[in-house]
Amino acid sequence: MNGAYLGMPAFPRAAAAATRDGRLRANLTHATHTIRDKRARAVAELDDWAQLRAAGAAVKDRTLRHLDHYLEQLEAAVTAAGGQVHWAADAEEANRIVTELVRETGEREVVKVKSMATQEIGLNEALAEAGIRAYETDLAELIVQLGNDLPSHILVPAIHRNRSEIRDIFLAEMGRWGRPAPEGLSDSPAELAEAARLHLREKFLSAKVAISGANFMVAETGTLVVVESEGNGRMCLTLPETLISVVGIEKTVPTWQDLEIFLQLLPRSSTAERMNPYTSTWTGTTDGDGPGTFHLVLLDNGRTDTLADTVGRQALRCIRCSACLNVCPVYERAGGHAYGSPYPGPIGAILTPQLRGVEGALESSLPYASSLCGACYEVCPVAIDIPEVLVHLRERVVEGGEVTRRGTRAVLRPARGHAAERAAMRAAGWVFDRPGVLRAGMRLAARTRRLHPRRLPGPGRAWSQTRELPAVPAESFRDWWQRTRGTGTESARQGGEGT
Amino acid sequence: MRVALFVTCINDFLHPRTGQAVVTLLERLGVEVAFPAEQSCCGQPQFNTGYRHATEPLVRRFDRAFKDYDYVVTPSGSCAAMVRDNYPRIAAKAAAEGRGRELTDAAALAVPKTYELTEFLVDVLKVEDVGAYYPHTVTYHPTCHGLRMLGLGDRPRRLLSQVRGLELRELPGAEECCGFGGTFAVKNPAVSAAMGADKVRHLIGTGAEAVCTVDNSCLLHIGGTLARQGSPIRPVHIAEILASTEDAPMDGRKAHTSADGSVR
Repeated sequence: MNGAYLGMPAFPRAAAAATRDGRLRANLTHATHTIRDKRARAVAELDDWAQLRAAGAAVKDRTLRHLDHYLEQLEAAVTAAGGQVHWAADAEEANRIVTELVRETGEREVVKVKSMATQEIGLNEALAEAGIRAYETDLAELIVQLGNDLPSHILVPAIHRNRSEIRDIFLAEMGRWGRPAPEGLSDSPAELAEAARLHLREKFLSAKVAISGANFMVAETGTLVVVESEGNGRMCLTLPETLISVVGIEKTVPTWQDLEIFLQLLPRSSTAERMNPYTSTWTGTTDGDGPGTFHLVLLDNGRTDTLADTVGRQALRCIRCSACLNVCPVYERAGGHAYGSPYPGPIGAILTPQLRGVEGALESSLPYASSLCGACYEVCPVAIDIPEVLVHLRERVVEGGEVTRRGTRAVLRPARGHAAERAAMRAAGWVFDRPGVLRAGMRLAARTRRLHPRRLPGPGRAWSQTRELPAVPAESFRDWWQRTRGTGTESARQGGEGT
Repeated sequence: MRVALFVTCINDFLHPRTGQAVVTLLERLGVEVAFPAEQSCCGQPQFNTGYRHATEPLVRRFDRAFKDYDYVVTPSGSCAAMVRDNYPRIAAKAAAEGRGRELTDAAALAVPKTYELTEFLVDVLKVEDVGAYYPHTVTYHPTCHGLRMLGLGDRPRRLLSQVRGLELRELPGAEECCGFGGTFAVKNPAVSAAMGADKVRHLIGTGAEAVCTVDNSCLLHIGGTLARQGSPIRPVHIAEILASTEDAPMDGRKAHTSADGSVR
């Protein structure tokens, strides 16, 4: 995993810090509300959105069910088209493969088009260790890299920065990475974009090696697809001599016709555009046109283990549109960094614990980073029932159970730190299954209600710090019913039940 | 038509007036309501926190309590959603783990007959004007489970729009979660409080006297936040508004500000 993310505090702690950062919250609220409103309008334009969404989910599910078949088809097609396919079981293997491929070229610098898979495996850090410098060329990724920062959004990695912060970063850092920012740079979007354009143009024209990701891989022809807004990706994909694409195996679709669905779902969900400005496709190599050498690194890194989980596997349908982030009330307050991975927001809360396992402090806290409000499921263009998977993973955290690790079934023990909660939940379950005991407890609470504290100790303290506790009424509904209506519908079996 | 009230544990313990309002309202509409006393919690707190196995006895209990009734009516969107969405999942997972058909049968029987109150009024009783009188300005917060899991749509608003004397105020950002989320409020207190603060800011901005929902659990959080800020806005369950008449008015609760038992 990406070393830069290790040591992150567990979600509630990181999120609490973010809620106290007024500027961050203002940046996030403005950005997410703007894009969520635009998305809603773009989606409302299509009267067959529900069918498109169902079709997207169905194609992804069918492909995932037969993923072995489609990956072999993809490998054969890429190879026939002049490319070379490499299989990487985990982050270390992927980083080793890419590092060696770059070393073989003799180059010490590479340009990159935004790739979440390379963020996931920490490729930039691995390349740096081998003495190879990686230049991010996506505008937002450039801002993150120059700011020595981490991405905090899938689509807009620098969403947490506003224009004046970006100007300060450009002025301070561009010179250390290449062409400096012009003196007197203002924070107008046009001037910022021009500074980035001039800085990046030098990189595109000098780079011999590029590293990319891909949004889709078409199995029937071995074609890779990148969907973007800026055109910087197209520069990376066409100008260098060697192109190395690192792609998660779940990005496969069987045919070109399937793209018809996803090229409608993705831009509207993501940027709220009817169509994205640049869609680049590449198939192997072509003499005299584009990179002469093409490598495809197919990344597993926990994906086949996730596929083995019948509830959790739907997370692999994700097309990384970020619609779920933009509607999530938790993401809006917590910010992307709190999720401790390149996949923030609701999708990150279910993807990260599946790819990495739920044992870590961060990973075991992520399934709880949601109020289960369901807004993420409602907007997801491939209908991932994120709340369902969150609850499924919560069960894995507190109860343990069977999981798949590198293709082998393993039994997971319950996470530590939940013993008191587990005991309380079991006790509550025991009481709730005995209405007589429940009634006695409620009566006791009602009789002692004048003695109840106004502030709670222990885990309840979090509640009473910002909210008043409710008062306990003098009489429960159950007792009121019995007092006013008699015991007519009280079952005679009740006394002996559940004992 | 045999109709049973599923009052839910939060209402039973903390908001008995809501249960009483449902009884009053349904009886006024000519429905004979039963209260099977062997009912208990729907299991949502345990299920949503990851303790699925602890919910299985509660699914069986729900079946036993309500098996003799045609309809189960509950003044809680989230508890109705728990039964409708999650009982089948609990049954399916139990079957996959080799436990018998009883949970499958229990879920299959529970799902079609369980109704949230406003659904029952509009879809089963086919009534939108329930003869209520509530002379106050009110804003409506559509709770997440009512909105997205049950798909209540505009049913609650249609019912409220027929209440005499009631002026409905639009709530900005209405469809955003209030931040309660059951154990979420305790596990992620800072984010929950931040969400609650934003919701309350919008509520205060409406200038309404009362905020109503189909769920007292959300009102617990909203009301607690309002009270801490010293806001006079009353949290009130929609059942209490719909049960209110000129002869027998209900003035909302003051539970959060009076620990001295003024709630009767």
